[in-house]
Amino acid sequence: MRLRVNGREMEVDAPPMTRLLDVLRIHCELPGTKEGCGEGECGACTVLLDGEPVCACLVPAAHAESAEVTTIEGLGGEHPLQRAFAEHGAAQCGICTPGMIMAALALPPSPTLDDVRVALAGNICRCTGYHAIYRAILRA
Amino acid sequence: MRTAAASLDLVRPRSVDDALRSIADDPSLAPIAGCTDVFVGLNAGTFAGTRFLDLWPLEELREIGIRNGAISIGALATHTAIQESPAVVSRVPILAAACREIGGAQIQNRGTLGGNVANGSPAGDTLPVLAVAEAVVVLRSATQERRIPFTSFFTGYRQTVRRPDELIVAFELPPLDQVQWFRKVGTRAAQAISKVVMAVVGGERPRVAVGSVAPTVIRCTRTEAALAGGATFDEASRIVESEVQPIDDLRSTADYRRRVCGNLLRRFGTETQR
Amino acid sequence: MPVVGTNVPRKDAAEKVTGSAKYVDDLAFPGMLHARTIRSTIARGRIRDVRLPFDRAGYTVVDYRDIPGRNAVALIEDDQPLLVEREIRHVAEPIVLLAHQDRDALLRARVEIECEPLEAIFDPQQSVQVLKDLRIVKGDVDAALARTDVIVEGEYRTGHQEQLYIEPNGVIAVPENGGITVYGSLQCPFYVHKALRIALGFPADRIRVVQTETGGGFGGKEEYPSVIAAHAALLALKSKRPVKLVYDRLEDMLATTKRHPSIVRHRTGVTRDGDLVAMDIDVLMDGGAYVTLSPVVLSRGAIHAAGPYRCDHVRIAARAVATNTPPNGAFRGFGAPQTQFALEVHMERIAETLGMDPARFRELNALRPGDTTATGQRVEADCSALQVLEQAAQRSDFHAKRERYAGTNRGIGLALFFHGAGFTGSGEVTLASRAALATSERGVRILVGSAEIGQGTRTMHAQIVADSLGIPYDDVETALPDTSSVPDSGPTVASRTCMVVGGILQRCAEELRARIGDLHPAEHFRRHGPTVVTKQYEPPHGIRWDDDTYRGDAYATYAWACDVAEVEMDPDTYEIRPIHFTAVQDIGKAIHPTLVAGQIEGGTAQGIGYALLEEVVMRDGAMANAQMTNYLVPTTLDTPTMDVVIVETPSHHGPFGAKGVGEMPIDGPAPAIVNAIRHLGLDIRQIPATPERIAEAACVSV
Repeated sequence: MRLRVNGREMEVDAPPMTRLLDVLRIHCELPGTKEGCGEGECGACTVLLDGEPVCACLVPAAHAESAEVTTIEGLGGEHPLQRAFAEHGAAQCGICTPGMIMAALALPPSPTLDDVRVALAGNICRCTGYHAIYRAILRA
Repeated sequence: MRTAAASLDLVRPRSVDDALRSIADDPSLAPIAGCTDVFVGLNAGTFAGTRFLDLWPLEELREIGIRNGAISIGALATHTAIQESPAVVSRVPILAAACREIGGAQIQNRGTLGGNVANGSPAGDTLPVLAVAEAVVVLRSATQERRIPFTSFFTGYRQTVRRPDELIVAFELPPLDQVQWFRKVGTRAAQAISKVVMAVVGGERPRVAVGSVAPTVIRCTRTEAALAGGATFDEASRIVESEVQPIDDLRSTADYRRRVCGNLLRRFGTETQR
Repeated sequence: MPVVGTNVPRKDAAEKVTGSAKYVDDLAFPGMLHARTIRSTIARGRIRDVRLPFDRAGYTVVDYRDIPGRNAVALIEDDQPLLVEREIRHVAEPIVLLAHQDRDALLRARVEIECEPLEAIFDPQQSVQVLKDLRIVKGDVDAALARTDVIVEGEYRTGHQEQLYIEPNGVIAVPENGGITVYGSLQCPFYVHKALRIALGFPADRIRVVQTETGGGFGGKEEYPSVIAAHAALLALKSKRPVKLVYDRLEDMLATTKRHPSIVRHRTGVTRDGDLVAMDIDVLMDGGAYVTLSPVVLSRGAIHAAGPYRCDHVRIAARAVATNTPPNGAFRGFGAPQTQFALEVHMERIAETLGMDPARFRELNALRPGDTTATGQRVEADCSALQVLEQAAQRSDFHAKRERYAGTNRGIGLALFFHGAGFTGSGEVTLASRAALATSERGVRILVGSAEIGQGTRTMHAQIVADSLGIPYDDVETALPDTSSVPDSGPTVASRTCMVVGGILQRCAEELRARIGDLHPAEHFRRHGPTVVTKQYEPPHGIRWDDDTYRGDAYATYAWACDVAEVEMDPDTYEIRPIHFTAVQDIGKAIHPTLVAGQIEGGTAQGIGYALLEEVVMRDGAMANAQMTNYLVPTTLDTPTMDVVIVETPSHHGPFGAKGVGEMPIDGPAPAIVNAIRHLGLDIRQIPATPERIAEAACVSV
């Protein structure tokens, strides 16, 4: 199947019910998307599918066919959110960080704290208590 | 994932008619859409089916519109799309409210109304809303289309009247002019499975539906009759407590659920009736 | 420019925000196999037969007979087998290991285990198998209780808690150089090293353990990685291939350690004026099926059971017993959250009995410098219990809100608590940790086995070393925690990484500076080649501890804190929402204030989960809600606003005055929240305070 990941056309050979998470991590060799639970609860595997945040553990490869997928690797490294996460201590153990950043990408410009809390309600962080993450996003 | 992906087949129809032909030919196909439930089962290795029918690309099933005064919501409308639909927000705001409380943004972007209903969990958050809204489930097969009142759709725990060759294609919600109310109780403020989920419609013909308190979502007809007959909300809440049949499970207790049902109905009264 | 006390960039930030940090599941080795663990499904019984009715071609199969060394998880005792031989003592106990190149083939393999079930014990109060008991005695409790006017009694219970690091446990074992290398998500590389040595019967130099980026630990990767590492190593040795063993969430929750459930009973004598006269405390902890770390969890729990209070007559009787459940183990706080929950709710009840203001009652009894703890330790000038209490009350507007909230759906409650830094008693002396500094092309390289698990080890150590050497922060590097190239600086536990290991590094830096004179270490390296300074832990002067009597200086020093919780109850659903949280915590010195705030905020959130949401439902000895959808931890919407105040009363025991910070934040939230619920008129003595328990309590209000 063909898909576009981070702006690049990719051709992968995966059964249609393979999880997008495995397509990205194994077939595309992009391990920045993390698996925390495999049941859509922790949000660590959040990627953008045609611009919308989804849990890659709950998406079959077939649904990514001819879609545009954006992963943490697609942000380069100088995205304002990435810089802000680094600066404000929003990444502690770091395992939830890629998913958090991908979910935060869907926020409107100049979000309020409430916007941030709602947008990230599907992403669990066990280290920070979320406050450093709010500080980072609100200042990004 | 505890299920081998290579062992799973996916049939990918190009149109609704194509999908209906596929399922008529092979009724063992499990229809899937946003996959937010099916992959949970596949991940745990507890989902028995191995052949799937992919409805996700069928754009025509995503439409939300007004037809003959009723809102028609395509089975594939996502929870996000429903929240953003002006028709839903203005006419059935409690449906938008229910969709807002399902999972996080990632789940709302993928999960569909048809999926929530087809999955048939008694804890499904949209189900009490559809029950009090007196929604009609539109079922279609290769040969016919049926309209089933939502309240007759479930026949038991995860059992429905849908025949193996049918697909849910839409829901029709008649106009609702009365006061409407919704409340989900899940302990955690986000991403929770309901312990109790209640929807109420007021007016001369009051309607009360509750999820997570019986094998299926239920309409509390005795409570409704009492309210229609002029019972106070204190009286009605005692009736609803006796009318629900909750159990103790992993997530809560029967006692708690019963008491909360009574309290919620009383709250509906104080919030809407003065 | 000095960097201690400033928010320098985290050493690991760039890799973590770009997704390039490599966690164990992100690694692959040529020819690598995947592994699966076949486990018991009953809580107690004997194995009659194990059958593998599948074509074994391509599979590597390991059972207890393949263990070249001892079939034991080497820890305090070695009662826990790596693989069951005959007797099953808990659900999810490992019996057979499988490896195969193809994950799907692993899923297909069916192993049949025939067992004779035996009667299991799940209630710790029914257990007669004592894993550890201890007594702490100060003064004469019976005599003192006999002459006090007011005696308040109570029993308090806490449940299991799952660490729920977002990266599940996982390792890769690679056979190389006639030995084995294990890469893994872990807190204590040298614990794993020792466990492998004993299980494999290899000499130390044939075993290498390397910590990979670790996605959270919280104690959950303290002892368990020894089990999973040995399993992967056995498969790797037998197959002669690299073997990856990474748990999925279900398996991780079902099989790995949790926080010990506890039942704590208090009988306390007080004068009518509010002076504590005598404290009689009984602590029971459920250790699960094997000893693992229960003795030391119990020990820390017992030492903290009388809290930061002065009292002349104290008796603490503590025991940990066995049940047929997976072993409970290390979890942030290590026994102290359980016993301080009990004490702080009990203190609230005593104040209530006396008709005293709860802050005033604590103020009367809080330890002051020069007072002695339950073990007879004289606390030093850095004891700031009174200051944190006062600041927390002031900052949160405690008294005004207590009046304002009375009779509403809101409540406010506080908890005063403390936490000993480093290993308990003689632990640090026995450990004799070592750390080293080596000059390098860049400047200097830190050589420690201390793990970065999110708390900021690499950053904080580099700050201490930079300032101690007087060189820029960027010139300090940290070596990978690899047992073949770093000294054993002890496990990454017990709030010891900054105070104890940081202290050794500071001494290394001082000696290195003395050796290299005024030169920058990089310049010295260029001129003279590498210089390495290694130092060992030295106990502070005047510290005495008696392991037999539990008397003396239990910790070099303590950190002090006071939390204030404000909650709101939904009268319809009995749900308690924390609405604001004030945490005033004295940790001596914040080496990196952002990291410290992160520890306090994160520990507080975890404590809020412990207080309100996190319930492990055990059925027939197994976690029945082993899914994230059913074991609820706080989301963004469950975590209140927090006002974190870092107080810095320096200790002369730690580098730059620093004490431990990692664990203390989880000691306070549960009692503060339950005391706030009490302010609503609800008598709760068990956590989590679920809506179901609140609903029950609402029938019998205080």
